[in-house]
Amino acid sequence: MSILVIAEHDNLTLKVATRNAIAAAAKINITLATEIHVLVAGVACGDVAQQAAAVAGVAKVIVADAAHYGDQTAENLAALIIAQAGGHTHILAAATSNGKNTLPRVAALLDVAQISDIITVLDADTFVRPIYAGNALATVKSADSVKVITVRTTGFDAVEASGGHAIIENIQASADLGQAKLVSRELTKSARPELAAAKIIVSGGRGMGSGENYHTVLEPLADKLGAAMGASRAAVDAGFVSNDYQVGQTGKIVAPQLYIAIGISGAIQHLAGMKDSKVIVAINKDPDAPIFQVADYGLVADLFQAVPELVAAL
Amino acid sequence: MKILVPVKRVIDYNIKVRVKADNTGVDLANVKMAMNPFDEIAIEEALRLKEAGVASEVVAISCGVTACQETLRTAMALGADRGILVETDVELQPLAVAKLLKAIAFNESPQLIILGKQAIDDDANQTGQMLAALMGWPQATFASKVVVDAAAGSVTVTREVDGGSETLVLTLPAIVTTDLRLNEPRYATLPNIMKAKKKPLDVFKPEALGVDVTPRLTTLKVTDPAPRSAGVKVANVAELIHKLKNEAKVIA
Repeated sequence: MSILVIAEHDNLTLKVATRNAIAAAAKINITLATEIHVLVAGVACGDVAQQAAAVAGVAKVIVADAAHYGDQTAENLAALIIAQAGGHTHILAAATSNGKNTLPRVAALLDVAQISDIITVLDADTFVRPIYAGNALATVKSADSVKVITVRTTGFDAVEASGGHAIIENIQASADLGQAKLVSRELTKSARPELAAAKIIVSGGRGMGSGENYHTVLEPLADKLGAAMGASRAAVDAGFVSNDYQVGQTGKIVAPQLYIAIGISGAIQHLAGMKDSKVIVAINKDPDAPIFQVADYGLVADLFQAVPELVAAL
Repeated sequence: MKILVPVKRVIDYNIKVRVKADNTGVDLANVKMAMNPFDEIAIEEALRLKEAGVASEVVAISCGVTACQETLRTAMALGADRGILVETDVELQPLAVAKLLKAIAFNESPQLIILGKQAIDDDANQTGQMLAALMGWPQATFASKVVVDAAAGSVTVTREVDGGSETLVLTLPAIVTTDLRLNEPRYATLPNIMKAKKKPLDVFKPEALGVDVTPRLTTLKVTDPAPRSAGVKVANVAELIHKLKNEAKVIA
């Protein structure tokens, strides 16, 4: 028996989130003492398989290389994972948009529950997961024969990208179900660090006033700090930036070393996405903004003066 | 074309939840309940498809305690044509709900089922995907735009994903789950609230649908998250930088 982790990748690069999920698998494996396998499903994804084989603690990489896995559509991916499910006690994926999309499908096909967004592994059957936007933590125990789990990446430090020497096994692709087809993909291109993996995040809210202000005021600060850029739901709803900037209960969950919330009031839904950050700085002109209740350092000031001042002084 | 929209009764999103002293769950006694916000978006999308002449009927479904009838009445006040309650006092987990919805869908034969992407209580984000799997249908989760081409038997859905957005074409019948920016739900008007009281609402028991809803996961305890210790207010930018460099040591 072994533990299966589904690789998150873009056919070229293994995403860090996979190594967070492998870290959770390693915690589960403390009591099981079995092997951790990684499934790479994609097209022309040999490089990803090599990277996965080098990850510390991985015993085997299973590769399914076919055109219909290239876009990571849930229908084909789930069918493949089901075909590989035998012999695995646990099936894990990072709680990314891909993981969240595919794994419940796998769980239903296996007739088992899914345990979403775990942040702690207590033993091979027992996990802690946030509920109510992180305002409560539930400890849940699964009685299912196979545990299907998505892993909140901020809950587990990624295992090392190197040090492993896994064997690579190529497997037969399942048939293309042909139910869903990708038409287009508009991905934000940015030289900045990825939001989910950044050490520093500069985040803007409704207080930015406009998309133009968001960029002209915050980008110099992000540049100085080498930071990723995020936003509150209010800023995304107002059209200042696109959805992939959103930090919060239903957006991205982040836990950087430093989170700078600028012009963000601090709605519960936003706090759910960033309150595990190591250090939180809030800059807001409203001294009663709830963001100050979670901020380590609060500066009550007009952001349009304070942020340029901050940039100049750094 | 018929559209089913499952709706969940959850704690109102404005309420700050409190964990019960005995750590068995969160305190829901005398707390305002409401329709899950993502499900309001699902209802709205279905109504817009009906108003555009694409859908002929919108059926709202809820699974849970008797009080879920209120949530169904809300859906009908917004414009759903009728409601179905699968009534049980058993704690329902996503897999059980997906099985109940499958049984209803078998009777109703919809072309489209639109669900909220997640409920704001358990934050599971599973039911739509599970239902799609059980039905053997394609799925488009986290939708920000839905265009139905009934003649072609397909639906084109733009989805919010980690790196931006992507657009999929699915063959119908299909499952769509809603993200925040799909639409802005309408409010129910008083006349429509009155009218909703007369709309049909059928009630089934899980046993009558042949579904075993026994929970698979046991909640051992529910606790408060570790609180963040209160921080300090700094007087100016210079003090902020000093603290970040010398106290927090997060910038060089």
